[in-house]
Amino acid sequence: MFDSLKLSAIPPADEALRPLVREFAAQAVKSRSAEQRVRSWIGYDADFSRSLGRAGLLGLSLPREYGGGGYGPFARFVVVEELLAVGAPVAAHWIADRQSAPLLLNYGTEAQRKFFLPKIAKGELFFCIGMSEPGSGSDLASVRSRAERTATGWRLNGQKIWTTTALDADYMIALVRSSGTSADRQAGLSQFLVPLRAPGVTVRPIIDLTGTAEFAEIFFDNVALGEDALVGQEGGGWHQVTAELAFERSGPERIYSAVVLIDEWIAHLRANGRLRGAAATLAGQFTAQLTVLRSLSISVTARLAAGESPVIEASLSKDLGTSFEQSVPTLIADDLGSHPDEAVDAQFYRTLQFVSRIAPSYSLRGGTREILRGIIARGLGLR
Amino acid sequence: MEDFDLLQSFERMLDDASPLEVVRAIEAGGSAGALWATLEESGFLDLLVPESAGGAGIALGDAAPLIEALGAWLVPVPVAQTMAARALLAKAGHDVPPGPILLATAAASRTGPLPFAALAQYALVELNGQVILTRLGTDVLHPAKLHASRTASLTWAHEPDVLAKLELPNGALRALGAVLRAAEIAGIAGKALEITIAYANERVQFGKPIGKQQAVQQQLAVMAEHAVLARMAGRLGCAAGLPPLRDAAATAKQVASSAVPVITSIAHAVHGAIGISEEYRLQLYTRRLYEWRLADGSESYWAGLLGASRLRSDAATSIDFVRGASEPK
Repeated sequence: MFDSLKLSAIPPADEALRPLVREFAAQAVKSRSAEQRVRSWIGYDADFSRSLGRAGLLGLSLPREYGGGGYGPFARFVVVEELLAVGAPVAAHWIADRQSAPLLLNYGTEAQRKFFLPKIAKGELFFCIGMSEPGSGSDLASVRSRAERTATGWRLNGQKIWTTTALDADYMIALVRSSGTSADRQAGLSQFLVPLRAPGVTVRPIIDLTGTAEFAEIFFDNVALGEDALVGQEGGGWHQVTAELAFERSGPERIYSAVVLIDEWIAHLRANGRLRGAAATLAGQFTAQLTVLRSLSISVTARLAAGESPVIEASLSKDLGTSFEQSVPTLIADDLGSHPDEAVDAQFYRTLQFVSRIAPSYSLRGGTREILRGIIARGLGLR
Repeated sequence: MEDFDLLQSFERMLDDASPLEVVRAIEAGGSAGALWATLEESGFLDLLVPESAGGAGIALGDAAPLIEALGAWLVPVPVAQTMAARALLAKAGHDVPPGPILLATAAASRTGPLPFAALAQYALVELNGQVILTRLGTDVLHPAKLHASRTASLTWAHEPDVLAKLELPNGALRALGAVLRAAEIAGIAGKALEITIAYANERVQFGKPIGKQQAVQQQLAVMAEHAVLARMAGRLGCAAGLPPLRDAAATAKQVASSAVPVITSIAHAVHGAIGISEEYRLQLYTRRLYEWRLADGSESYWAGLLGASRLRSDAATSIDFVRGASEPK
């Protein structure tokens, strides 16, 4: 079962990127508190993203002719790992770098590639992804936002919701219906490039339970789009979206969302001289699980590097990874609370509670746990 | 693919030598003599022995799929341990005795329960800080008298006969045992998953196979995840050499042992009552998993050691620590 997943190593050419990224990451987090760093891949800093772009650390998997680095998927693994290890703010470029650029490379027109890819690689254009709608969550094929043909292109109407970084992004790549009705399911869906400053687009922040406006809802009211707003095939949106899932689901970001909290907790243990007993056992549990999950993520990345599309393996890696991430605040909170007389730094306390509150999102974003397990079950021959 | 051929011929040998009837008979108290003779004759027992000493010279990392197969076939004698002991003895220039060799660690002249110890003729044992090869007699073996199990603990009332002495770091034998156990857990778990999926596709309730029920599918997905995780853990451990470094062994066994309760509970839940009958084969796998989980240290034992090492380390972040511990060499 899943015999293709073998112990793999990151190639030396990709490892060679590590020292440079480390330097950038260290600079970026110097003046950031634990509470900010633990935001991990939802921490936003456009200047930092641009500095990564200037240093050639974005768009690594894009061909050089489009301003990319000409590397394979392991380069991104190394860069992302180093950035997340210390909690550098990666949100500004995150979606463009991980998803929009590969999508445009694979399905975009030559003109779209030439216009967008170099700017993404330089950190000059930021993207968000328009998937969920008020009536469409896990059942993505039921989206109702609609693009209609006009003499000059397309007219877009509808609404997207729970969109990360939409407040600051330049473009959304939206999955909308371009023909037929919701009853046609996967058929008749297309992806469009929507400039978020265009007339008729309204972006409203949604405050989450941590007090942050990380999400937004976006309204399209007769938004006029050109012919060149369509990405890939008209009606091919579903296929294009699912082809990217293996990339979206297997990365180290599905394991590392809470690593900053682990390290802050270890600092707390050291400050309180708790280096043995139950605390050491828990630290060992985190360390062992992290090690093996990382190897699993690397082995899935090796399949991607070999040109395969390991959607089932990526689902498996993501479900295990996010379950681990979610266990971190639960177990650390119990450890902390089992020493009620111990002094707790307020910053550390806020960091823990932030992760506790936001952790349910780890297994929602990028495909819910139940959807992923359904994909795995199909892979096991059960459906 | 040479490795693939090696695995295939190993599995064919196990098909013939260790079918489930043989497993059941030996667990019930039967002789393992014929099985051992076949294993000895196959040459596979010298798989890890250096070529210069007449073995196949395969690295433990490359042999991991074969160790997993020993688990999947439920081979009811300590084969992986014998392979590893033979390699260590041969590397140190010692003669290798015939017969099953146990790996053991004994503080204060005794060990905890050791699976299949009752069938071993020798033990490579870290006994009060010294690693020695010694013969096991009935004076040393204390069977656990568990149903369908050949588990026994070892107690030395007198100084043991020392057949050979090895220079190994303290804890190395337990770490090695843990890595082999982790790889075997992966093999057993993989087979238990196969059996459970097949059953879910066969068993009809409410007019359709239970495998069509989402509640069952979700559980089997979780079982598969943990089987894959255990396999990754065993492979990482095996890649860490012979004997492995302690942190690598700790990682492998912590994760593999943690997977056991998830895997066994889902396998039994999906099977329903048939799963706990003696006649049905699932129990052969789950019983083995329960014993393997704690043999050579459970998840918390290894987590404690690994955690102490993490808390002592000067790694800047957890990821730095993990990278140091997990890059395949």
